[in-house]
Amino acid sequence: MTLDVALVMKLGGFTLDVAFAAPAGITVLYGRSGAGKSSIINAVAGLAKPDAGRITVEGEVLFDSRAGVNLPAHKRRMGCIFQDARLFPHLTVAQNLRYGRWFSKRGPEEARVVEMLGIGPLLDRRPGALSGGERQRVAIGRALMAGPRMLLADEPLAALDEARKAEILPYFERLGAEMGVPVLYVSHAPAEVARLATTVVALAEGKVVRQGPAADVLGDPQVTPLGPRAAGSVLEARVLAHHKDGLSELEAGGLRLHLPVVSHPVGAVLRVHIEAADVMLASEAPRGISALNVWPARVTEVRMGTGPGAIARLEAGGQVLLARVTRRSAEAMALGPGRDVFAVLKAVSVAPESVA
Amino acid sequence: MSWLGPEEWAAVALSLKVAFWATLFALPPGIFVAVALARWRFPGREIVNGLVHLPLVLPPVVTGYLLLMTFGTRGWLGGALAEVGVVFAFRWTGAALAAGIMGFPLLVRAIRLSVEAVDPKLEQAAATLGASRAWVFCTVTLPLILPGVIAGGVLAFAKAMGEFGATITFVSNIPGETQTLPLAVHNFMQVPGAEASAWRLVVVALVVAMGGLLLSEWLSRRVAARVAGR
Repeated sequence: MTLDVALVMKLGGFTLDVAFAAPAGITVLYGRSGAGKSSIINAVAGLAKPDAGRITVEGEVLFDSRAGVNLPAHKRRMGCIFQDARLFPHLTVAQNLRYGRWFSKRGPEEARVVEMLGIGPLLDRRPGALSGGERQRVAIGRALMAGPRMLLADEPLAALDEARKAEILPYFERLGAEMGVPVLYVSHAPAEVARLATTVVALAEGKVVRQGPAADVLGDPQVTPLGPRAAGSVLEARVLAHHKDGLSELEAGGLRLHLPVVSHPVGAVLRVHIEAADVMLASEAPRGISALNVWPARVTEVRMGTGPGAIARLEAGGQVLLARVTRRSAEAMALGPGRDVFAVLKAVSVAPESVA
Repeated sequence: MSWLGPEEWAAVALSLKVAFWATLFALPPGIFVAVALARWRFPGREIVNGLVHLPLVLPPVVTGYLLLMTFGTRGWLGGALAEVGVVFAFRWTGAALAAGIMGFPLLVRAIRLSVEAVDPKLEQAAATLGASRAWVFCTVTLPLILPGVIAGGVLAFAKAMGEFGATITFVSNIPGETQTLPLAVHNFMQVPGAEASAWRLVVVALVVAMGGLLLSEWLSRRVAARVAGR
C-alpha cells in the first residue's frame, strides 16, 4: 500500500512542486502554515485539481495530467478528516457515521469503530451538541466507516485546545495499528509529528525539503528552517521502572532516561520527542548538577544558523540527539565533528505530550 | 366556510387549485435555477438572473400579453402544444401558468438564499465519503435547504392566490374556469349590492397573504438553525 504523489499546482503566491511517497503507516506532511500542505491533501482527495502531475495509490491512477485522468472525489475512496470536522448538521451522529455505508460496504463493523473511538453515548445526538473533541472523533469514525483505502487528515487537531489534542492523538495512533489504514497526516506541530509519524515529508516554500523515516528527518539539522522548535530527536524507549518519587526510568539503546512518570506499564515501548532546545552541552562531565540525564556523546555535525543559534547533532549510546546552543558557545567549546561532549537533559523539560 | 356564497366559494376553490399546481410545477425549475445562480459561474448568468426577476418589475399586464402571444391558441408555442392536447388559453391551466411565472422570482430568491447558507465544504466531505454529485444534492444540499424551499413555496403560493394582472390579460375572467379570487373581488366591486361578497373575499385574501408571509418568515429562520445543527 503506497501512495505516490507528484504534482505541480499554482497557489496564491507561489507554486507547489512536490513529489513524495507515503508508505503504510502514518506519513506526516510537515511544514509551516501556508506551505501548501492542505492543497496537497485536497489534490489527493480529488477536491482540487493540480496543474500537472500524477497521483497513484497501489498502482491505481487517481490523477494523471498527461493521460487526462482525473478520478472524481467520490470514486477515490480517500477518507478525509478535516480541521473543522464537517459533520452533517442535519444528521445524528449515528447517521453521520453510516453515511459512507450507502455507497460502500467495505468499512469495518460499526460496533468496532464506535468502541474504538468511545462514541457510543453520542450516537443519538446532533453535531451541534458535541464538543470539538467529540466532533473530531465522530469525523474519524465517519471516514473509517466508508472503507477508505487511506485516511487523509488535514490538521485535525489544530482547532482543539491542548487537553482535547491529548484526547484525540491516541486514536490516530490506534488507527494504523488496529484498523490497518494508512494515514496521510498534515501538521505543523513538532510534538504531533514526533508522536505519530512513521514517515515524515518536510515541506518549505512549496518544495519537499526532506523525506524519510521520522527519526532521520526530525534529527536532521537541515530541517530546522521549518522553525527552531521543529528541531528535535525521537527516541524509541522501553519503560524499565516507575520510581516512587514521580519519575520513570526508560532505556533507549544505550541511553538511560529519567522522565516525569509516564502512564505506560513497565516493558512498554514508546516514543520520546526530545527538543533540541532542551539539550545542553558540557565539555567535561558535569558534577553537582541537578539535571538527571547526563550522557557522554560525540558531535557528528554542527550547523550554524543565520541568527545567534547553532544546532549540533550528537551520537550518544547509539542514538541521535540534537542540541540547540548559541553560536558563541559552539565556538567557545570548539564544537565540530568528532568532538566528545556531555549532553545534559532536564527530566522535567520533556513535556507529557512529547511522550507516547 | 359556509359564510361564503357558492360563487365566492368557487373563486376561492379555483384560486387554491391554481396556486397549488402553479407552485408544484414551479418548484423543480425554481430549485434548479436557484442552485445554478448560487453555485455555478456560467456565461449569461446575469441574463438568467434578470429574466427570473423580470416578472417582479414588469407590468403584470405586459407579462400576461407576452403569455397570450406565446401560449395563446395562435401563439407560436400554444399552437404546437394544442396539437398534443395541452391548452392554456382561457383555461384554469393558463391561470396556473401565469401565477407560476409571477411567483417564480419569489421562489428562486428564497431558495437561493438558503443555498448560499450551505457550506460547500459539507458537500465536499460527502463526496470524499463516496457520494456522487446527485447523491450529495439529495442527501446533503436538499435537506439543508428544505426550510428555504418550503418558505419559497409558501410565498409563491400566496402570490399565486393573489395574481391579477397577468391572469386577466392572458386567460380573461370566466367564472368557474379562470375567475380566481382577485378577479372575483374585481367583479363583485362592479356589481351593485355585492360589496359584502367582495369584503368576504378580501378577508380571505388578507388571511392567506399574511399567513403566507408569517409562515415563510418562520421557516426561513429554521434554515439558520438547521445549518447550525441544533
